[in-house]
Amino acid sequence: MTVTDMPTAIESAVDDGDSVYLAGFTHLIPFAAGHELIRQGYEELTLVRATPDLVYDQLIAAGCADAVTFSWAGNPGVGSLRAFRRAVEEGVPNALELDEYSHFGLTSRLAAGAQDLPFVPLRTFLGSDYPDVNEHIRVVENPYDPDEEVVVVPPLTPDVAVVRAQRADRDGNAHVWGIQGELVEAAFAADTVVLTVEELVDESVIRSDPNRTVVTADVVDYVVEEPFGAHPSYAQGYYDRDNEAYLAWDETSTSHEGTVAWLDEWVHGVENRTEYMEKLGAERLLELLPKTSYNTAINMGAYQ
Amino acid sequence: MTNDADAEGTEATDYTDTELMIARAARELTDDDTVLVGVGVPNIACNLAKRTGASGLEMVYESGTVGSDPSRLPLSIGDPVLASNARSVVPMVQGFGYYLQAGRIDVGFLGGAQIDKHGSLNSTVIGDYDDPDVRLPGSGGACEIASNVERTLVITPHSRRRFPEEVDFVTSPGYVDGREGREALGLRGGPEAVITDMAVMAFDEAGEMYVTSVHPGVDREAVQAATGWELQFADDLAETTPPTAEELRLIREELDPDGVYTGGE
Repeated sequence: MTVTDMPTAIESAVDDGDSVYLAGFTHLIPFAAGHELIRQGYEELTLVRATPDLVYDQLIAAGCADAVTFSWAGNPGVGSLRAFRRAVEEGVPNALELDEYSHFGLTSRLAAGAQDLPFVPLRTFLGSDYPDVNEHIRVVENPYDPDEEVVVVPPLTPDVAVVRAQRADRDGNAHVWGIQGELVEAAFAADTVVLTVEELVDESVIRSDPNRTVVTADVVDYVVEEPFGAHPSYAQGYYDRDNEAYLAWDETSTSHEGTVAWLDEWVHGVENRTEYMEKLGAERLLELLPKTSYNTAINMGAYQ
Repeated sequence: MTNDADAEGTEATDYTDTELMIARAARELTDDDTVLVGVGVPNIACNLAKRTGASGLEMVYESGTVGSDPSRLPLSIGDPVLASNARSVVPMVQGFGYYLQAGRIDVGFLGGAQIDKHGSLNSTVIGDYDDPDVRLPGSGGACEIASNVERTLVITPHSRRRFPEEVDFVTSPGYVDGREGREALGLRGGPEAVITDMAVMAFDEAGEMYVTSVHPGVDREAVQAATGWELQFADDLAETTPPTAEELRLIREELDPDGVYTGGE
């Protein structure tokens, strides 16, 4: 277990050609890690995410990827992922190999990977055209009922997962609240895990509420504390989604040149996440802070 | 043509196509339903239903929020307001597995770039899969929603391009090979209603789409002209009930006050 900074964690965990899962379903997307991958100039990555979101649009525009495994490639609530589309439709800046599922198909693959299973069955894909275009989606006979056909998908074990949580202790035991998406499955499926958090807390904070600990030190290799590291996505209770950024990307990404100019300014033009936040400015970040709404504390009991 | 006007509310005359579609979709939902909601127009329809007769409607989102009670219009299906004050928030594999796949969701909203005569939807590619003319976002949760809920509802603009006889790619299966074909695949339920800016459609015994009502000011020839196959019409074809004044007030003042999804027409 190493508590470190993002540049060191990324440099230590990721190699060119790796498959990488930046986890988080709309919530807790590790944008800072994505920007660090771009700054360090990674190549030929296989990007894996249920929703590629802006973070993979940016990695694709930067030329870091040659394959994408995904289940919904849009700008959530806004429209298209234009850089992703440009790569698929026009091969700009390079062509992408696609490995496509539904959300349940992809998250089932991760769950199989997390449990070291050879495959998992699911009630999805029959009647659709996905089995015709993806050889990983297969139909087998139910071993307990030969009259039934069952769809199966194989495990997915990314080389690296970057997962984000609100808080963790220095060992990498993490508390998450709000939407969890597929982050737990990604963390347990991947070979190497970078855990990035809004704040590091004392071990006693984690132990006071063990049911909220969704990722434990058992699977975490690097711990990075980086406030606002999920911007422009959000962290429940810490800051809201910066919707202006999602709308602005829709404009910026209408041309490849526009995306490159944006990357020059906001990724290559800053040294690290701290400079990115300084460039955004305190006023903009303050506007994203929610009012407080605390849960009712539970009593775990103190037993003698 | 008959008018199936609702006696409870005052019918409005000044409304947009989107407002009509939202109000009409809301009437498909009942007090006992659990619905898998999509963001945007379906979300407004579900919240409208909760305020107009389906107060017990349970809203589940594919991000894993169960019994959501959003305090503002969600910007995406992963918006924090879907988690705050929800009854439960579960990992996606559990939401899709324990709730959807296990048959605990009654209704699902789906959309797509194309829908065909058997209610199959395409949200994946226009053209050839390996060399698409247009790359669309893909399934998201649509394929499993289409396969596992009892009733799917579709809200979509009506045009020849969007209503081909066969979709380019089946992302979300409808009555593939008819109702029997769908059942033979082990898929639950199926498409229930398609609500467009021109008409409302249902599915017959064979699983083929037919028109049950056309909207005020729209004639059947116009609906046929905007559809890529020979469309059937109900013998008792009706005129779609317009939104009531109260429904419009709720949409405009409470559910989408900034007109994010209902403005700009």
